Amino acid sequence: MGIPKQQPQQQYTVEQLLALNPYNPDILPDLENFVNEQVSSQTYSLDANLCLLRLYQFEPERMSTQIVARILVKALMAMPAPDFSLCLFLIPERVPVCLTFCWENKYGQVILDSMCVSFLLLYAPGDGISLVKEEITVLAQMEEQFKTLIVLSHYLETARFRQFWDEAAKNRHIVEVVPGFEQAIQAYAIHVLSLTYQKVPRTVLAEAINIEGLSLDKFLEHQVANCGWVLEKSQGKGQLIVLPPNEFNHPELKKNAADSIPLEHITRIFPILG
Amino acid sequence: MASSYDHEDVQSQSQVDPLGYDPNYVPDSVRTFVVHLYRHIREKNVYEIHQMYESSFQTLSDRLFKETPWPSVDAVAHHVDNDHVFCLLYREMWYRHLYARLSPTAKQRIDSWDNYCSLFQVVLHGVVNMQLPNQWLWDMVDEFVYQFQSFCQYRAKMKNKTEQEIALLRQYDQAWNVYGVLNFLQALVEKSMIIQILEQEKEGLEQFTATDGYDYNGGSNVLKVLGYFSMVGLLRVHCLLGDYHTGLKCLLPIDISQQGVYTSVIGSHITTIYHFGFANLMLRRYVEAIREFNKILLYIYKTKQFHQKSPQYEQILKKNEQMYALLAICLSLCPQEQLVEETVQSQLKEKYGEKMNRMQRYDDEAFALYDELFSYACPKFITPSAPVYEEPLVNYNQEAYRLQLKLFLYEVKQQQLLSGVRTFLKVYSTISLGKLATYMEVDDPTLRTILMTYKHKTHAVDSDGKIGSNADVDFYIDDDMIHVIESKPTKRYGDYFMRQVVKLEGLMNDMDRVKLD
Repeated sequence: MGIPKQQPQQQYTVEQLLALNPYNPDILPDLENFVNEQVSSQTYSLDANLCLLRLYQFEPERMSTQIVARILVKALMAMPAPDFSLCLFLIPERVPVCLTFCWENKYGQVILDSMCVSFLLLYAPGDGISLVKEEITVLAQMEEQFKTLIVLSHYLETARFRQFWDEAAKNRHIVEVVPGFEQAIQAYAIHVLSLTYQKVPRTVLAEAINIEGLSLDKFLEHQVANCGWVLEKSQGKGQLIVLPPNEFNHPELKKNAADSIPLEHITRIFPILG
Repeated sequence: MASSYDHEDVQSQSQVDPLGYDPNYVPDSVRTFVVHLYRHIREKNVYEIHQMYESSFQTLSDRLFKETPWPSVDAVAHHVDNDHVFCLLYREMWYRHLYARLSPTAKQRIDSWDNYCSLFQVVLHGVVNMQLPNQWLWDMVDEFVYQFQSFCQYRAKMKNKTEQEIALLRQYDQAWNVYGVLNFLQALVEKSMIIQILEQEKEGLEQFTATDGYDYNGGSNVLKVLGYFSMVGLLRVHCLLGDYHTGLKCLLPIDISQQGVYTSVIGSHITTIYHFGFANLMLRRYVEAIREFNKILLYIYKTKQFHQKSPQYEQILKKNEQMYALLAICLSLCPQEQLVEETVQSQLKEKYGEKMNRMQRYDDEAFALYDELFSYACPKFITPSAPVYEEPLVNYNQEAYRLQLKLFLYEVKQQQLLSGVRTFLKVYSTISLGKLATYMEVDDPTLRTILMTYKHKTHAVDSDGKIGSNADVDFYIDDDMIHVIESKPTKRYGDYFMRQVVKLEGLMNDMDRVKLD
């Protein structure tokens, strides 16, 4: 009907597919495989994952909640970048799902029926419809996973690290599927601490990165040796960690970019100066 | 290809028309119009084409076709040698007029899609040898995306659809299919090689912006300029879908810090900046959004008087108001008044001063205001997937908007406690954590998390992954002591000297030119 012909499927890499043919439903399986590849090889591509979420948005019947959950976990690991929100913007609240449900009509007869409904992805249906047992478990799982990830994201966005690690511990099955998760979140925690503190008390650090006791000592040794951290003794309150100076926790380091002039502007007056 | 649905077109005009619309009746003025337009297009008289397109078409529409469509293309075809391409162009204007003045039926929506397919196919095959004004080429892309948005909204209102309409939608499921729309825009970008052209222009190997996209070597500007505007079209479609990151990526080849072909048409300029700003707002890059909104609002303020007679005037005003609302939101989340020009500041205070004060209190009333402004100013988000045809039929045209609104308010809520911090930080140069915790009526650990949240939310990640602070008042903590960092507004001497150097040179040149007797 006049839609431009799409490329025939050849052996392209995912990057090539994204550049040449991003709006093509046939690349969906490739993108799904790529998500699993990102998980196992500890790499990450926001563009590829957004492309996949877009295709799911166009064809919700093909959506795999497992893959979406993995994408969301990877996005969490990319913090402080807002990738998690970017993914949520593309996940519709309702997904068409075929349900079998039973209900009692006004004559007390139990009716078993099936229909395609829009299922509220993030909220429980309610409304007094009772679903056949098997469906309930599947739908509940779908719902719980995403809800948990949103809660985890909320804790990280508001720097509530203790609550985050507690909740993550209760949901190992979601977060342990993706290797490197713990380290990524610890890196984010350290990033936020580095924005905020010149010197941070040991207890605050311990809570933020969820490492205590001897493991924490070892961790600190490593950071001192490789990342320019310095340990100090605070007056009777325990250890103080001196974080490396940067422009955010040391205002004197802030490059005064306000009064710098780009070279292209100077070139405009070369004829005058010359 | 063209004739089959043309026929259906004429027959489908069974809309009850009290004015007795006769699609075959061609008033003399219309005959003259098409004959002249056809000639000008053949002779590549871009200026005359522009005049006819902008003024004559509007005048005739206002005078003769206030509430009816223009004559059908069949009725005028023989005046223009039945030229295939001209007919496609005429039909494009025909449908645009219909959408603007009347309400298109399902069949008309589908037929318009067919027309765009044919028109774009012709352009993509590179057989077009016309020079058309940028205004027209922009309108084509703009209208294409608008009709797509309109169709998605229409399709999502399933509740009161007749059997006939549903059957039609099911039969023509390719019409305004999201894949089709995106692939056409993408094809125009690729086939025109516009990205490479813009790249090469930077090295001085190509001329595009300098000629406003027009081809002075006897060629055609149509594919190139359509390709260029399609980048803006893609930004717009991605915003409608909620994919702000990809939308901005599509716009990257265009340098919005400079003039360009996108500024040659005011509608294009405004649409580009509006969506750029909105996308940055959703990406939490408030400073970028504020900067661009400020520039465009100042520009509109200075130039809108020149567009009073133009058919785009109303749209310009509407977008102007929406961008003030978005600016109000950005500045409430990220107070950076010094980024805003005086004129824009005073306009903003007039329209939203009261509301901005209340928004910064972050109570229930504040959230209601964020909701109100966002809902007023946001794009008309769409659900791109095909509808569910099973019973019960529901209206789901609001769902996409509700999701974006919800996520936006969620972000606003997370910033709720930050305004309290800001107020205190402005008053102290140093303060202990314990004391501030007492003033804010929270315990120490909670205060630490609030302070870290403040830091995280005010240090945005830009498109290159770099962290930049957009905090108006900043601090650092030394163990349990908060040190507030004073931010002095820096005087820009460099720019001042540059301007004076150029000015002096100009003055000296002028003096040299004066002949003394």
